[in-house]
Amino acid sequence: MVARAPVRPRQRVRVRRRAAPRLVELPGIWLNHHVQSAVATLGRLMRAPWATGMTVAVIAVALALPAGLFVLTENLRHLVGDWDQAAAVSVFLHAEVSDEAARGIAAELRTWPELQRVEVIGAEDALQEFREQAGFGEALAQLTENPLPAVLALFPSPGYGTLEQMKGIEERLADIPEADFVRVDTRWLMRFQGILDLIQAAVLLLGGLLGLGVLLIVGNTIRLEIQNRSGEIEIMELVGATAAFIRRPFLYAGVWYGLLGGVAAWLLVTIAVFALQGPVSRLASLYRSEFPLSGLGFLALLGMLGGSMLLGLVGSWVAVNRHLREVEPE
Amino acid sequence: MIRFEHVFKRYPERGDALSDVTFQLDEGEMVFLTGHSGAGKSTLLRLIGLLERPSRGQVIVNGRNLASLPRRKIPFHRREVGMIFQDHRLLADRSIFDNVALPLVVSGLSHKEIGRRVRAALDQVGLLKRERALPVALSGGEQQRVGIARAVVARPPLLLADEPTGNLDPDLSREIFQLFERFHHVGVTLIIATHDIGLIRVTRHRTFTLSEGRLIDDTGAA
Repeated sequence: MVARAPVRPRQRVRVRRRAAPRLVELPGIWLNHHVQSAVATLGRLMRAPWATGMTVAVIAVALALPAGLFVLTENLRHLVGDWDQAAAVSVFLHAEVSDEAARGIAAELRTWPELQRVEVIGAEDALQEFREQAGFGEALAQLTENPLPAVLALFPSPGYGTLEQMKGIEERLADIPEADFVRVDTRWLMRFQGILDLIQAAVLLLGGLLGLGVLLIVGNTIRLEIQNRSGEIEIMELVGATAAFIRRPFLYAGVWYGLLGGVAAWLLVTIAVFALQGPVSRLASLYRSEFPLSGLGFLALLGMLGGSMLLGLVGSWVAVNRHLREVEPE
Repeated sequence: MIRFEHVFKRYPERGDALSDVTFQLDEGEMVFLTGHSGAGKSTLLRLIGLLERPSRGQVIVNGRNLASLPRRKIPFHRREVGMIFQDHRLLADRSIFDNVALPLVVSGLSHKEIGRRVRAALDQVGLLKRERALPVALSGGEQQRVGIARAVVARPPLLLADEPTGNLDPDLSREIFQLFERFHHVGVTLIIATHDIGLIRVTRHRTFTLSEGRLIDDTGAA
């Protein structure tokens, strides 16, 4: 089949060195590498849908837990925030105090530096409001006289809203002879806000712990991947692949895991919010109110995706640097 | 092009693999490396490809002292050295084309350029029609030719072959050696480790003989 070497009378071509890419081409080559590597890595992940799905699901659950709790506390905060507009202190006057007298007291109270705003709800106004809002129109029509007293709604000045200061205000108000009784409305609200702060701190802590979990999951997945492909890595090193070139697909895999896990976590939270909206609306309607649940906001979503991608990158970085050395040719 | 100066390589578990090896090789030379198994042939090649560093002495390739070459520059050195192994070292899950393309992919050539050069290399080894096949679909001789195509596809000035015909019958071995002769004719420097003495005698190229880590014979030495 083969006779003596069929050496073509070719010129002795210079084979010394391949023409190096020109300097201006380098950024393009570099970018091209990255895009190729990112796309190829995603393709590789997609060709193993079960393995990828499992990893992504674990990451998603780990992220969805703190994200869900965050959404919960944000909603509660929102609920409380609505009530910030409500008067902090209500002073119920004796029934026989006329609306005229009530306005006189209000004028006096407006001179107090502790109070930013004083509203008078006259007995007539109160009755009118009660008729409209509570739906007791017919029952109230039966009454011959107005059973409701005039009420003064007080809004404390900024800086006078702590529990102790409210107590002082409450005591001074109780000394007004026309006052029947004084009610501080915001006391429970402040306690509730304190509890919310505590919960949110706990969520942050939990988020940190589960973030560490994501790091370890990605790190371990990448470690296994490196072990599976150690033969390929060795050959790539033999033909002159740089460490960066070999590292790149693994780092992209980490980023993809983070991104996919983050998106899946967002889906989980969104589904949960959607599922809870019905019961919450029913509960709110019992209080003659509406309460649209808010999901993870746009910024929080961006933050979560960015965070999970970063966690994936760091996790794979640690694994790659630790294990690539093990498969290098000695 | 290659200079060894009093090179020693000692492995902690089995002692000296090379001791006091000194030689010089000019550009475009074709050299055979013979000796018993364990005489140090592979170690010598591994030092040139910088898969290992010498324990003592200087290895200078292309004017570069490999002893002081920083780690991050090793890949760029390997791109100028084509390596061929007895066991081919092909990736079983990649096509012939992809296997041969690997050295070009790692150095970042464009798709078009890669396609052109891979086909040229496959044409040289006579496997252009099998580019879509997987390595398992090829015979041992064909797999070795794929390994050779991969080693030359980036047109390195230096080729190292470690027992390239170790598993092949004489006819296939002769085919492989004819390929090497062709590369030699276009100016590539080759070092071929083999114990196929018969073939060496026929070709009459310069021959190094190693025994227990020492260079005991150099037919081309001045």
